[in-house]
Formats: sequence, C-alpha cells, structure tokens
Amino acid sequence: MPTIYIDGQALEVAQGENILEACLNAGMDLPYFCWHPAMGSIGSCRQCALVQYQNEEDTRGRIVMGCMTPVTEGARFSLNAENATEFRSAVVESLMLNHPHDCPVCGEGGECHLQDMTVMVGHRDRRYTGKKNTHRNQYLGPLIHHEMNRCITCYRCERYYRDYAGGKDLGAQASHDHVYFGRHEEGVLQSEFSGNLVEVCPTGVFTDKPFLKHYSRKWDLQSAPSICSGCAVGCNIAPGERYGKLKRVHNRYNHEVNGYFLCDRGRFGSGYINSDARLDYAGIKKPDGSFMAVHQQQAIDTAASWIKHKKIAGIGSPRASLEANYLLRELVGAANFVAGFSDSEAEIMGTIVRSLKNTTASNPSIKQMEAADAILILGEDVTNTAPRVALGLRQSVRNKAFELAEQMGLPPWQDAAIRNLAQDQRSPMIIVSAMDTRLDDVASRCVSLAADDIASFGYAVAEVLAGGKTEDMAVNEAAEILLGAKNPLIISGSSMSHAGIVNGAVAVAEALGSQSKPAMLSLCVAESNSLGLALLVDSGLKTKPLSISKLAKKSSKLDTLIILENDLERRASNTDIELLVKAAAKIVSMDILENSTLNNSDLVLPAASYAESQGTLVSSEGRAQRYFPVYQPAAERLPSWQWLLQLADACEHKTLSELEHFDQVVSACAASQPLFTTLVDVAPMRDYRSQGQKIPRQTHRYSGRTAMNAGVSVHEPQQPEDTESPLAFSMEGLNRDEAASLIPFVWSPGWNSNQSLQKFQAEVDGPLKGGTAGVRIIQSTGLGALQSSEPAEQILKSHQWHLVPVHQVHGSEEMSANTDEIAELAGPAFIAIGQKVAEKLGVTEGDGLIVTQGKTDISLQVKILSRVAKNCVGFSAGYSETLELTAGSLVSLIKDQQWVRPTSQMIATDKRTGTQGGSAHV
Amino acid sequence: MEKVLTRNIGADLQPTDLKAYEANGGYQGLRKALAELSPKDCLDVISGANLRGRGGAGFPTGMKWSFVPMGDKCTPGHKYLVCNADEMEPGAFKDRLLMECDPHQLIEGMILSAYTIDADISYIFIRGEYVVAIQRLRDALAECYAAGYLGDNILGSGFSLNMYIHPSAGRYICGEETALINALEGKRANPRAKPPFPQVSGLWGRPTIVNNVETLCNIPHIIDRGADWFKTLGVGEDSGTKMFGVSGRVKNPGCWELPMGTPIRHILEDRAGGMQDGLQLKGFLPGGGSTDFLTPDHLDLAMDYNVIGKAGSRMGTGTMIILDDQTCPVGMVLNLIRFFAHESCGFCTPCRDGLPWTRQVLEDIESGRGRAEDLDTLAYQVSYIGAMGNTHCALAPGAMEPLQSALKYFRDDFDRHISGGSCPYHSHTRQGA
Amino acid sequence: MNDAQMIQTDVSSVLSPEELSEIDAELAHVPYKSGAAIDALKIVQAKRGWISDQSLQAIAKYLDMSAEELEGIATFYNLIYRRPVGKKVILFCDSVSCWICGCDGIKQKITDVLGVDYGETTQDDAYTLIPVPCLGACDRAPVMMVGDDLHTHLDEAKIDALFPDKNKKAGGNS
Repeated sequence: MPTIYIDGQALEVAQGENILEACLNAGMDLPYFCWHPAMGSIGSCRQCALVQYQNEEDTRGRIVMGCMTPVTEGARFSLNAENATEFRSAVVESLMLNHPHDCPVCGEGGECHLQDMTVMVGHRDRRYTGKKNTHRNQYLGPLIHHEMNRCITCYRCERYYRDYAGGKDLGAQASHDHVYFGRHEEGVLQSEFSGNLVEVCPTGVFTDKPFLKHYSRKWDLQSAPSICSGCAVGCNIAPGERYGKLKRVHNRYNHEVNGYFLCDRGRFGSGYINSDARLDYAGIKKPDGSFMAVHQQQAIDTAASWIKHKKIAGIGSPRASLEANYLLRELVGAANFVAGFSDSEAEIMGTIVRSLKNTTASNPSIKQMEAADAILILGEDVTNTAPRVALGLRQSVRNKAFELAEQMGLPPWQDAAIRNLAQDQRSPMIIVSAMDTRLDDVASRCVSLAADDIASFGYAVAEVLAGGKTEDMAVNEAAEILLGAKNPLIISGSSMSHAGIVNGAVAVAEALGSQSKPAMLSLCVAESNSLGLALLVDSGLKTKPLSISKLAKKSSKLDTLIILENDLERRASNTDIELLVKAAAKIVSMDILENSTLNNSDLVLPAASYAESQGTLVSSEGRAQRYFPVYQPAAERLPSWQWLLQLADACEHKTLSELEHFDQVVSACAASQPLFTTLVDVAPMRDYRSQGQKIPRQTHRYSGRTAMNAGVSVHEPQQPEDTESPLAFSMEGLNRDEAASLIPFVWSPGWNSNQSLQKFQAEVDGPLKGGTAGVRIIQSTGLGALQSSEPAEQILKSHQWHLVPVHQVHGSEEMSANTDEIAELAGPAFIAIGQKVAEKLGVTEGDGLIVTQGKTDISLQVKILSRVAKNCVGFSAGYSETLELTAGSLVSLIKDQQWVRPTSQMIATDKRTGTQGGSAHV
Repeated sequence: MEKVLTRNIGADLQPTDLKAYEANGGYQGLRKALAELSPKDCLDVISGANLRGRGGAGFPTGMKWSFVPMGDKCTPGHKYLVCNADEMEPGAFKDRLLMECDPHQLIEGMILSAYTIDADISYIFIRGEYVVAIQRLRDALAECYAAGYLGDNILGSGFSLNMYIHPSAGRYICGEETALINALEGKRANPRAKPPFPQVSGLWGRPTIVNNVETLCNIPHIIDRGADWFKTLGVGEDSGTKMFGVSGRVKNPGCWELPMGTPIRHILEDRAGGMQDGLQLKGFLPGGGSTDFLTPDHLDLAMDYNVIGKAGSRMGTGTMIILDDQTCPVGMVLNLIRFFAHESCGFCTPCRDGLPWTRQVLEDIESGRGRAEDLDTLAYQVSYIGAMGNTHCALAPGAMEPLQSALKYFRDDFDRHISGGSCPYHSHTRQGA
Repeated sequence: MNDAQMIQTDVSSVLSPEELSEIDAELAHVPYKSGAAIDALKIVQAKRGWISDQSLQAIAKYLDMSAEELEGIATFYNLIYRRPVGKKVILFCDSVSCWICGCDGIKQKITDVLGVDYGETTQDDAYTLIPVPCLGACDRAPVMMVGDDLHTHLDEAKIDALFPDKNKKAGGNS
C-alpha cells in the first residue's frame, strides 16, 4: 500500500490505482469528465488536473492528470494549489466556449455532471466573446434524443458505445473544435445498449427520449430500489415516478450484477406501466361477456365464495414475485398448483434446477463472468436473451488484452494504450448456435448447428475433455481453449427450448470439473422469476408440477381456477387453454395488462406492476433480489400478493390468514423449504430505520408535493404511508450508506448527477458501502450434475425445416413489447432464413413466406441472416403473430404471393423530413 | 565544409537514381553493416555519434532505438520502422529537398535503421501534397527491390525488409509520432498517451521506431564513416551537419546543409543574403512555427539544441521564419494560431477549445477590437495551454511558443493595436475577422 | 433491420475493378482490413475526385468497417473530400511564410479571377479553392498547388497566366 501526499495529507492508497481514483476514494472532490470507472482513462478532458511535486523542496510542481498518473510511493500532489485550481477552471471555461446556456430546457438539467463540475471548479464569467459553434442534430431512433451543441467532446459516448458495448454506428467525426459524435446518417441506433449513453454522457447530448415526452427534473422524481423484470438477469434499476406516471428507469448500481449499465429493454421497456390498457378496477364477467367493474371488497367476496371449500387449482407465473407465487400455491394447495411454464420451459427449468443444485461448476455473477478468459456459448444469442450478460461477455474477451497489458506493466485503467497494444487480440469465445448471434463479432469461432447438434457438440466437447478423440476441429478447439483457461465459462440456456442443449453445456462444465478445472456455468432462463418459480415448485415433490398443459390434462373438472399474472396464450397451446376453460367453472385472474386470459376469466383483478409493488425475484444467477414500490398503485389496483392475502383471509385459510404484512409472507415462504431460508436477508424488513427514520423515496429538493395535485383538488392529500417496507413516500430521512438493497437514488452534496454514485461506493468501482444487493440462494451440493443421454436425431422430410426461436431484445418479452418505443423497434414478426434458402424459395428480405406447422399456416416477413445452420429457419419468438409456432417443430415454407412488401423499412415516428443527414464535415 | 546529406543534390534539383547514388558511395554503408556489423554494433555506432533527432525535439537517436526490445526480449511478431516524412511544420521545407533529390539516401538510412532494430516492415509516411517526392521515392523503391536492397534476404545477409509508402491524407498532427502511428493504422490521428512508448507498443501494438527524414538520411554516412567522423562535422556542441533554412522577406530564401552549431548570423546574412532592401530584422522563429521568437540580439548564437534552448526557444526543424519590421507580429502570431487551432486533432480540451479561444482574442486585437484585459487573457491562455503536460501532446504548447515570446518581445505592438483601435502595419497583413 | 441489410451496398457495383485491385494491394501489407482505410479513401478519391456517401459505404463494406467508423476517418483528414470538388483542387498555402510574403493579396486575386472563395468550386467545375497549411516550399513563397503541380513565387501576373480564360471577375461563366 503506497503512501501518497495530497496537500500535505498522507493517504494510504491501493497499489495499481491512479491518482484520480485515489482522490475520489479519499472523499476528495476532484472533477473529471472523460474518465469512467468502467472504461478507464484516456486523458482527453484534462479536467482532473492536479499539481505534482518532485519532492518536498519543489514548490512549483507541474500539472499532471490524475486519471493518467499511477500512484507511486511517496508521490506528492496538490489539489488546491493555485495553478491546479486555475487550470481546472480554465478547462471548464474552454468547454463553455461552445456549450449553449440552455440548461433550463435541457433534459440533463439538475443531474448534469457538467453543471456539477462547473460549480466545483468555481468558473462563473466567460471571457470569450466569439460565436458558438453549432451542429445539426440527428434522429437516432425512438429512444435517444440528440443535441450535439451541448457536447463537451469528452469522447465518453464513443468509447462506451463502440469500445465498451461493441456498437458500430456511432462515433467521432471531423476534428479540432468541430468534432461531432453521431451516425454516418440519421437512423435508429443499432446497439441494444444505446440507452446507457444517457447516463454516460456528462451533459445533455444524449438524453432519454421517452422521458423527455413527459419530463420531470431528477429532484422531482420519486424513486425506489427496484429490479428489472425484462429478463432473468436481475439488473438493479431505479425507476422514477411523478404525477402517478412512471417517468423513466435509471441504472441502480450493483457491483456483481449490472454495474453501471442496463440494456435498452430494461431502461425503456416499462412504458406499458402507463398504458391505457391497464385495468383500474376488478371486473366480474356478465352473461353477455362484458365485465362489470366492482370494488375490491366485492371482488374479494365473490372470489372467496368461489374458492372456499371448492375444488380449486392455481397457475403461477414466471414473471410474478416469489411471494405471490408462494401465496397462490399455499392458497390452492401444492398439489393443485402448477408453475405456469410452457411444456418445453418446464422441462428445461427442471433440468436447470437439478443442474444448479448439484453441479461442480459455479453459477457466476456478471462480474465474475467478466473475469472469464475462455467462453463456450451453446445455443444462446445472449444479447437477445440475457442482454446485460452479453455486455459483460464483451468485457470478458478483453482479458487477453489485459493479460498483454500486465506483461508490459500497463495498469488496467490505461484504456487507449491497452486497446492499441492488443488491437483485435481477444480471449477465445466459441459460439455454437443455429443462427447469427449479436456476439458473433467478438467470437473467435462461430459454429452453426441445429438444436440437436448443438447438444451433441456439448457432449462431444465433454468427451474430448475426458480424454476422448474426435475429428471435429471446432470441438477440439473448444476443449482446448476451456482446458487452457484460468476461468473457463460455459453459457447455455432455455432459449432454444431444447433441454439437450442445457444438458450438453452441463456435461462440458462437469467434464472440466473432473479435470480439476472448475468452470463457471451460466444458464440463461426466460423470465424475471423463472428460476425462483422453478425452485418454489421443486421443493420436495416427486412429480414436478410445472407446465400449464399438465394441469389442463389432469383437471377434467374444477370449480375455480386462479391464474396469477399469466397470459396462458404465451405458454400453452390453444387446445390446452380450451381444455382448461372448459374444465374450470370459474376462472379468477389477476394481471397488469389486458390480455386474452383475462378475457377468458370470470373475475379479473387489476394487479400492480413491479413499479407499484414489492416482491422477490430470483435471477438466473440464483440471486434473490427485492423490488420495492416506487409509488402506490392507482385506482383499485393491488399488488398480486395483497390480492392473494386478502383472498386467503376471506377464505379463512388456515395459515395464510394469519399473515398480514409482506415481511410475514417472506418469512413464511422462507420457512417453506431450506433453499429459501435466506430470503429474509434479501432486504431489511419493514421495521428497519436509519437514524430513526425510514429511507426517503423523494430527494430533499422534491418540489410541489403539497400542490402537485391542486389542478384536481385544492385539498392537500395526505402522503401515502408505506406500512410494508423501510422506505417512505417522503423526502425526510437519510439516503446515505444504506444497505445496498435500499438505495432509491444517488445524490451527494455537489454531485447532482449519477456520478455521485462514487460517494456510495466503498471504493471507486467497488461494491456499495452497504454491500451488494441480493442473496444467492442456491448452494450446490457440488456432487456433479447427472446427465441424460444424447438426444436422438430427427428425420427431416425434404423441404422441411427445423423451427428455431429467434429472440429479440425488443419484441420477444411479453410486457415490454407493450411499450410504444419497444414495439416500434421490434418491427413486424419475421421468419429468418439463410441466403441460400432464400434463393431456393425465390424470396428476398422483406418478402413474405407462408410457414406451415402442422395445420397452422402463418405468413411472415422474410429476414435474411448471414449464417444459419443447415435445415434451420428462425422465427421471431414471443411476438403475438408467432405464438402458435413451436420451437423445434418441423415446418414447410412457401413464398406468399399475396404478400405486400412494407413500403419503408424504417419506422421513424418523429423523424424530421426535409433535412439532410446531420453528419458534420469540416 | 564537406557536404554530407546534400552531396548528391545538384543545383538542378534532379533526383539521384540508383546508379548515380551507388557511384557516389551509395549503399556502401548498408553493404558494410550487413557484412560486418551486428545490429548491436550499428546501435553502438549511432549512439556514439550522438545523432539527435532532426524532426524538432532533438532526442538522441541511439537512445531512442535502444528501447526497442531485441532478440528474446521481444515477443514474436513484426517490428516496424517508420520514416516521418510528414513535413508540415509552418516554415519547414528541408525534408522535401532530401526526398525529391536523393531518395536513395533516405531508403538506405531506413534499411540500416530497420536492420539495427531488427524491423521487417517499414513505412514512409509522407505528406500527400509531396507528389513529386512520392513519385521519386516510388521509383527508387522499385530500383531497390530490383537490386536486392529490399525484399527477402537483402544482399544475401538473411535480413529481410519490405518498405511501403503511405501518402498522408493530411493533418499536421500526423507529424506527432503516435498520431502518425494511428494514421498508419487507418485511424483518426489522435496522439496516444505515453507511456507506453512506440518503441515497445507502436504500430499495431508492436515495437516501432519513428524517425524524421533528415535523421534517417544521416544514418548511412555514420555507419559508413563512423561516429568519430560524424562528431567532427559539428562546429558547436552537437554532432553532424544540419539542414538549415530561411524563409520570409530575405534576399535569398533557401535551405542549406551546414555544420551543427553554425551561427545564426552566418545563415541569415551569408546564406540568405540578409533582409530584402528597405526591411529590418525584427525577430525570427529559429526552428519553424512552433518555436519561440528570437530577436536580432540573438544573431550570434550557434544553432545547437542547447544553445537555442537556453536562449528561450528551440532549434526545432532548423528552418527559420523571419519577421521583418513591416510585418505585423500580432498578425503573424494570429496566422500561426489559426493554423494550430485548425490542426488540433480535437482530442484534449486545452488544445481543441483553448486555441480557438486564443485565436478569437488575437482576431479581436488584430482587427482593432482588442481590449486592455485581452492581454491578461492571452497571458492566462499561455500558462493554461502552453505548458507540456497540460495538454495531451506537444501541439498546443508548441502553438503557444510564438505567442508567449511575441508578448515578451513585441508587447508594444499589441498595445498599439489596442490603444489605436487598428493594426498599425501595412494593410496586406490585416487579417481581421 | 440493421444498417448493413438496409443499405445492401453491392461493393462491386460501386467500386471499379481497378480501384478494388489497388485497395487489395494495400490490404496485402496490413494486419487488419481497417488498416487500409485511408489508402482506400485516397485510391477512390484519386479516381473520382471526392468521396461520395455511396463510395464511403462501399469502401466501408469492403474493409469490414461500419460507415460510421470510416466517416470518422474521412472527416478527420484535410485531403479527403466529402463534398464534390472541381476537376482540379487549388491548395493555396496561407501559412506563415507565405503570409509574410503577401499571400493574402494573391488569394484575393484568385478569388477575383475565379469567382470563388475558400471551399467553393468554380461554376464550370474546373477548380475548387482550399487553403492548405504550409506546402513545404517556404523558400519560394507564396506558393500553391493546382492539381499535382506546385506553383511558386506567385504574383498577380502568374495568376492571370495560370487562368487565362478566367480573367474576368465572377469567372466560371463558360
């Protein structure tokens, strides 16, 4: 631990860090722009200047950049020397030459890093009297608003978008003080991670476009710690609300999971929560099929009368909280409860749970995956099925670069130098998939195989690892890179709807384990609580009641079926749904948005969204995490767990009716099986107080609280009271250094932007002072996961293809697809084929193909992919048009002669017409 | 004085072809090195000769080369030798002459340098505007490949080298060696942070040496005739000869090879013929547009790196720009700052945004809109932009050199612009915005 | 839809076999295709005078780069033209030595004769006037290049002689 001196103060600092990090770690306010904890240093903005002295006698010193200067024993610096403060002020004054004074109308205002730094350096009056440079802005799609005039040329956007996230279509153009960051021509940003530009940009060049449509200042937002429900990765998010609307979603730092970044589905996919298709009131179906709105109590009473002493069953949901699923299972009885998976997902989830419970491999967090130096991906297009993981994998492949840097003595934060040194040298990553994946560009090898063959590939690699031999070069290479690695990582998952692939991946991990080479094994699952639900139903039962169709087949006669947040159409065949509707005299459903299942029900209960309720989700990492309500549900919506608790109470349920609070539900659930015992530790309980007070959801500057509804009623409403969590709908209280699971937003004096996060971290880029949110609940026995044997090959008739699900970050996920911007990006449903098949069928991109699966014919738009496994075609998974298509089934294809090609392929809702592309030329 | 670098350059400025070059002792140094000297021997000769880089910074060439990992210390892969022929310093015009008139001298120097550092690929990074030099170098390269001086197994020595010409797409910053490397990689020519130095991680992450044309042209002679001979060439502290040039309103502007340490007065008066009739010397930039002004008081200084350095300027490229008494010093500095502001790569703040700010203040003063406090602002900018380390590379500190010395020596002129509300010089120098 | 699919630039329908073979020659000695980006831009510009959007997209595709990456490079350098230029480009040195020697007056003369200012092209597409930082011929100042030819010791008479048929104000009328 070297000692350095800053303004005479001795600091013990960590070996290998730079002076900027050392200062920030010491709690000093050293301004910066271009440095980013996840992206390192390039020395471009020159803002983090301080004076370095040769020795104690040196009084003049020289300016150095904190971010580019490694700590060395005995080094002496000054932050406060006049030449340092003057220089930092001059830097801001230079940046202000061209920066417009549009802060009042800027979407960044109030959380602008540039504002903070300007105040911090003390710059006030400009001396520059010349004209400001101006730029044209570009249309960048529905998510990101572009305002180039605000740019301070810190290069963070380009470095994030291109270097960190692998995006290709945004970069620096021109030179000198005309540098421009944008696209070659206007158009939708192609990266699935474009939204992070909003948080990476230190000013208002890239802002959240949907947020701007119903904008509020950061300080006026009410926020709560939350978990993204967009997929199973479990990214931590901080949604913000005002006027009863969910305004935006920001990243909430979790050292192990999402770090500083979210995917665009997570950031922009919550618009459905403000949708008009939300239910406000419970409804009872009238004989004519329409619904009559009823109040909560009436709904509860009605439901209770259908449930109490009746033959009932319940269908859970992989997108509902563990608590809600648990309550439903207890209410209907474990024997009458099915998880609510589809058949294939049920099978795979069973396999995954079995594997995770016994494997010798570890189930890594994203942080741990970023340390992998060899990766084998079987069957997953990770960018589309677990997007944030893919962003992590883009960092993993850079370990080769860090290794080279280490050999040369370059610290890992020397970003540009390391990229120059390593160029395109990457750690190996082999992707075995049926078609293109969005990580192909950084893979050392891509292998295109049909689902069964991907599974076989896994087994073959396992065999070679165990000493077997094969002629297959790719298999040998995979075995070789994994065996040669320090931290090998195997990724697979459920997205191909093929349990064999998961088994193949597990086989590889186990084979590595037997070679005393412990592997990381990460299995992507479909939904935010798929794993939690699978664990819930896995407890102790011999037959695992997982799929909806199981219930359909066994229940010939039911009094009442209760469906929790599950649109059966997405997870069961029409035949099974008909069977269920016929079997059940009454159906009670609760959900967030209108859907076909609600329409099939006799009583519908309006459920609160994740932003209006609390619950626990178990991510694919096995990390149980708690989300808290950002605001109270409007009208007569209730969180599902409350509906179910009230139902249990009304039915005088033996055990459940004794529960009153959420915490009691958690405790009961925790007690229900050994695996769940730590659920009580996921987040502090409702009686937790910090300095005697609850944690405020509102900033200390929250304005207009007493008057914000004056347009509706001049009577000042009482602030809602949160009886279920340690958080308050209030600005009173402290939001500092709390348990990581309880931090609703970040703010620190002088640091109004998200950069204030560093004040909450134990050290720069380290875990939060309050630890890392979430509890990993699966402890593997380490005995090794047993594998079923290899799958049998299917025989294809000529002109038949295997149907492969193609997941899309925008469009495949049920809830976010109801958000306008996501729907726009999702585009129409498609059938994905290779160039050769396209030629054979006489179609090109944009034509139509009739896909015949059994008795079903669907016309879909053709999308041409660059690599497709033999005899495979893909379909847009999760799109409403393709719900009837089944992964793995055999289909025939024929050109749709009636098809009308879409006139324009770009859907640009707010693209200005008549303007030229906005690229800047010198 | 013995002509070394220009011995093949006649008054007609025609190129020396391979035959003529060989006839005058050309490729003897190369033959000698390949036959008798190891790379280490060559490095020792160059180090012993005390050859200092002729591109402007004057860094000892032998020392620069000594940082290249050799033999087992180098990871397997290519090493590169790059000739920096991106002559773009305002007022510099020496490399053009060397390349146009004696391309083989440069090529031989590059082969020897590549041999010394064990590079197998070399590039000539040359200004795109130098179309004549590019063509003559191309012709010379073809001759060399045909004669076995380039390609595989050169002269049967086992040493192989390929050489390519990269005509630049034009940016002053490409003269900075790490920016040049980025340009060679087909990227935006932003300079790189050092360390790591190019000697260990340069072109495509591999060990790379970048040397100026004139530096490389010295190599064959030093290898052929030895370090001691080279040291005798200088008349001052430094070794060898140097290409010195004079431009501006003198009687006989031009470029001459003279001993290192030649007094400025000799260059200006005997070679350049003194000032044009009716003009007085007011000041001069001794080594191109990014060096500090010197004044008539400095005429008797020797053109040596340290001597000029002690006088408050830099020898730079050794090509002087003369300011006469009827040319506006504010206008001259403005011209230079405009150049530097435009040629900033846009990477770091003080250069990208600071130089345009300086330009704007100077435009105000030159056009008569200046205010008294503008001089304070200029002084502030000099301390903000002008110190090495404040910026990412040396461009902006270099840009500040003429300004800071103009403020020192020609303060009256700035004051007269401000107090008089207009430029007191001849109208053709008016550059008001 | 990603850009690559939308543009569907068919490289060989845009770039000529000659251009492609010259680019291939550059590709032969760079370890990454993008390493030949500047050379490729110069090759195509040498044939066409400038780099159009279509050329840029085709070159980018040929080099496995995104158009954005190549745009960043094309717009960085002074001698890559992203707008059409005349048959010959006049690179007029306005740097310090030429300035001392009176280049401002010469520039005005050119503007009078050709009717174009910096960045403009004569109406007959013959010339585009661009300022250039120092041509390295300071001993022969003022200087400029017209196409590939260097013209030194410029004075008004030389300008008249260089553009004999343009010797009218607001030229480019024929």
